[in-house]
Amino acid sequence: MSALTVSGLNKSFGGLHVTRSVDLDIQPGERRLIIGPNGAGKTTLFNLITGELSPDTGSIRLFGQDITKVPSRDRPHLGMARTYQIITLFGKDTIIHNVRLALLGLSPMRWNPWTDLRRDGRFTEQGHRALARVGLTHIADRPLSQTSYGERRRVEIAMALAQEPKVLLLDEPFAGLSIDERRDVHKCLMAIPRDVTIVMIEHNMDVALEFAERITLLHFGEVIVEGNRAEVVEDPRTREVYLGH
Amino acid sequence: MIDLIAGTNRLRLIAIAVVLAALVTLPFWVSGIYYINVGSQILFFAVFALGLNILVGYAGLVSLGHAGLFGISAYATAYMLQLGAGHTTAIMVALVIGVASMAVFAVLSLRSSGIGFIMITLALGQILWGLAYRWISVTDGDNGIPVRGRPAPFGYSLTDPVNFYYASLIVFIVAVAMVFIFVRSPFGAALMGTRDQPRRMNALGYHVWMIRFYACLFSGLLTAVSGILFVYYTNFISPQTLALTASAEVLLMVISGGPGTLLGPIVGATLVVVIKTVVSGFIERWNFLLGAIFVAIVILVPEGIVPGSVRLWHLIARKRAATPAAAEAEPTATERTP
Repeated sequence: MSALTVSGLNKSFGGLHVTRSVDLDIQPGERRLIIGPNGAGKTTLFNLITGELSPDTGSIRLFGQDITKVPSRDRPHLGMARTYQIITLFGKDTIIHNVRLALLGLSPMRWNPWTDLRRDGRFTEQGHRALARVGLTHIADRPLSQTSYGERRRVEIAMALAQEPKVLLLDEPFAGLSIDERRDVHKCLMAIPRDVTIVMIEHNMDVALEFAERITLLHFGEVIVEGNRAEVVEDPRTREVYLGH
Repeated sequence: MIDLIAGTNRLRLIAIAVVLAALVTLPFWVSGIYYINVGSQILFFAVFALGLNILVGYAGLVSLGHAGLFGISAYATAYMLQLGAGHTTAIMVALVIGVASMAVFAVLSLRSSGIGFIMITLALGQILWGLAYRWISVTDGDNGIPVRGRPAPFGYSLTDPVNFYYASLIVFIVAVAMVFIFVRSPFGAALMGTRDQPRRMNALGYHVWMIRFYACLFSGLLTAVSGILFVYYTNFISPQTLALTASAEVLLMVISGGPGTLLGPIVGATLVVVIKTVVSGFIERWNFLLGAIFVAIVILVPEGIVPGSVRLWHLIARKRAATPAAAEAEPTATERTP
């Protein structure tokens, strides 16, 4: 059974057809890279998959279950987690509190109005474990406002990992990072076990190509080329629309 | 830096203990019933401000219709008593009506946030005000509804101002404790998350609308409680209590004291009530004074009196620490060291 199946997905904003009959079939444990020039509809596709936008036609299946009509807030509970291209974190809080919120989101405890969250050892302990996976345990109690951009990227990933997703959607996890920071993030991603399926949007070809097994090239909302690393890189259409040389 | 924070915490505990002791002993060192009554007013307006702060400070939803909710609970109490109901029944009905009205408010206004939320709550508050004015068969319009007598729980007649003060104090302490616990709870953390990053909270699996809705109900409960205390205090309710100016006033209490802090709304309520009742006896243009004070707050401590004073305190403490031992340790540098 596929981890994530997208079939015949369409989305228009007025006259702008941003997703055109997109089909994706992603196997459990796969590392899929989605590439495409600016405005190809990559992030829109993510927003459709996570339910932040609803498609005009088409369906989305998660491990065989049709989730097209499932509200986006319920999808994390079914094992789907995402990160954002534009860092979306809780800037007034500490790193550990950010991760705690990710953990709390899947716990029935989130409706509890009388216990002290900070004294609840379970969330803090699990949060530290998630932070260890991205190498941030040593600064867990630091306010987010005092962290670097690269550290924030890793907090994003830690929050997604804390939810122990089956399918992880990464929207440009390397965007805006220095070479050193890129290496750190790359190391975190490589350490994610194979029971997590990863779909990643990325512009940074050198790191991304190394990471992905299969690549989908989007152009004007359409899937142009799909295949393994060599096939896509060699394909003349890829060179034409994306690599540009 | 650690010393400074520990110092602030200790200072805070001492301040709370002093304030609590002052509140409990107030009837013994304050001369005259007038000032005891001012104390009662501060307490129930503080409960009102605490209720509004749940939305303004912790949910990031600014309501300009809360005087309507405050007033509808007061009207419900007065109307039930007029119908001949007992105090317990009247209070229960008023609580239910207050919270139910908040639920209706919430369902209608939570369709949006930001300016949209403000405008819808404003409109709903005005509708309640209009009803109070025009639904004469129930509210007696401009004349309002008088309330005869106050309840006497456990044989303590609240007609005595000192007893009423203590009843208000108990309600106030319970309200503060509720908010204190709520803010630290997982649900409180979720609510503040929806204030800061609603989209992210949704993607993390939170039901943002429902979290806001429950927060509204909690806010409505505190508002209803304060409305009931108000109507027993004044023994009278009229449409003026529901007016937009009343909504703006309680919002100013929250904003001037410091939204999103526990003590802020209490300080704000104290400031407004003292100027409105005490200072207005000496200065005819007390509205002008209140306005000037708000302008000063906006300029000096735009985040509110409580968080602003904490910031200024840190600033002064740091300066004081830096002056004698500047060569030994530069505090800002120490702070930056990981």
